[in-house]
Amino acid sequence: MQKYSVFNLVKNALSNHENWDLAWKDPTPKKEYDVVIIGGGGHGLATAYYLAKEHNITNVAIIEKGWIGGGNVGRNTTIIRSNYMHDDNALFSEFGMDLWRKMSQDLNYNVMFSPRGIINLAHSDAQMNTYARRGNSMRLNGIDAVLLNREEVREIIPMADFSENVRFPIFGGLMQPSAGTARHDAVAWGYARQADDMGVDIIQNCEVIGFDVSAGKINGVRTSRGDIKAKKIGLCVAGSTNILAEKLNMTLPIETHLLQACVSEPVKPVLDKVVTFGAGHFYISQSDKGEMVMGGDLDGYNSYAQRGNLPTLQHVLTEGIAMMPFLSKLKMLRTWGGIMDMSMDGSPIIDKTHIEGLYLNCGWCYGGFKATPASGWTFAHTIAQDRVHELNAGYSLNRFNTGHLLDEKGLGTKTWIS
Amino acid sequence: MLHIKCPHCGMRSQNEFSYGGDATVKRPELGKEISDQDWDNFVYNRKSLRGKHWELWQHLSGCRQWIKVQRDTATHEIFKTLKANEEIS
Repeated sequence: MQKYSVFNLVKNALSNHENWDLAWKDPTPKKEYDVVIIGGGGHGLATAYYLAKEHNITNVAIIEKGWIGGGNVGRNTTIIRSNYMHDDNALFSEFGMDLWRKMSQDLNYNVMFSPRGIINLAHSDAQMNTYARRGNSMRLNGIDAVLLNREEVREIIPMADFSENVRFPIFGGLMQPSAGTARHDAVAWGYARQADDMGVDIIQNCEVIGFDVSAGKINGVRTSRGDIKAKKIGLCVAGSTNILAEKLNMTLPIETHLLQACVSEPVKPVLDKVVTFGAGHFYISQSDKGEMVMGGDLDGYNSYAQRGNLPTLQHVLTEGIAMMPFLSKLKMLRTWGGIMDMSMDGSPIIDKTHIEGLYLNCGWCYGGFKATPASGWTFAHTIAQDRVHELNAGYSLNRFNTGHLLDEKGLGTKTWIS
Repeated sequence: MLHIKCPHCGMRSQNEFSYGGDATVKRPELGKEISDQDWDNFVYNRKSLRGKHWELWQHLSGCRQWIKVQRDTATHEIFKTLKANEEIS
């Protein structure tokens, strides 16, 4: 594979950039692999990459029904953070932050990681107390957290509405300075290119039709491009988890819901932080192109539509304008939706299953993108070693049965409630 | 925007309703031996499939009654609505 470097850029300029290698190949599926990963999203690609890099398992196929970068890895709002209170979430996410910092060099692909910081706004004394507690928990786990008062928040985002007479006056906020954003497509492409280079077959337009399970063991998968044998199969399909689980006669603590996002027309730099307005179900950042990237909560009912409904979008933008009134002057450029695997406690599942050789990675709710490297790393470990790593030990499937929930937001089992 | 036919009030827009989840989930019966797995299935495990889905909605800004709605989770087409005490056929 040609390395991406200034030297190669100049060299290829001489031939009008017509002789670059393909970033990844388009192989015909083989009859058998050591490991098959179902789902060519960010997590699936990262899993294959770390299987090859950390565990030297390269006879691996990724099966993707659509195309690389077409699912949630290309539909999220690119936020990366580790501002969690519970140990399992905090340590897992902070491990991921380290992988993010090294990712561009690691993948020889500029993922445009931009640690610009995230601010969660607080609107009451009680919420400030809660954030102080969360910030302290984060710091005990080695994560940077700064509690900001009203004036400190005003310094950073003077364009927000700081008038007294609003429904949710800004009391302050909790900031994680090392959080940020990255270019989501580049993450998918970077992992795909490196995985392909190490021998992983990336098979697109290949739908899983069924599974070959006998005597409690997985033997392979039936696809639209033929049967593929594998002793180990990893499910990594986010919003399609319930559909594949049904083919395996499994019922999971997951519901599939729709989440929308939108961007405005590009404007000059105005916002250099990610800001969340939780009380108003709204968050915002500005992309490198200048677009204001905005999102909110779920549409609120089970959905596989991959496109949103207007009442939710209207609600999100109404709240957005309440927080930052200048947004009312902007035109909307695009809106879109993705389908989320909402787990019943808001935390993910990375675990073995009752079927030998079948591994499960799902339940990412609102936080799938930022978890991409840590999820891939721990899932690769779980598959390669046939046991969970201590980083994903808390993300077990049976925690719902034993009561060891990781309910970070304290919302309970109504996944659509915000 | 969804349009839901409330069995009490007639056709109304989605804004008047709030969602209540899978309508086929049944609470384990009181006074019987109940396994952990039964509770697990009741509290956490959901099929949540693509296609026809029976679900609960509450006509919150209308008659405030809970109703059952059969909706397609991919197309959002609504096939049937029932009062809360009517059995899904």
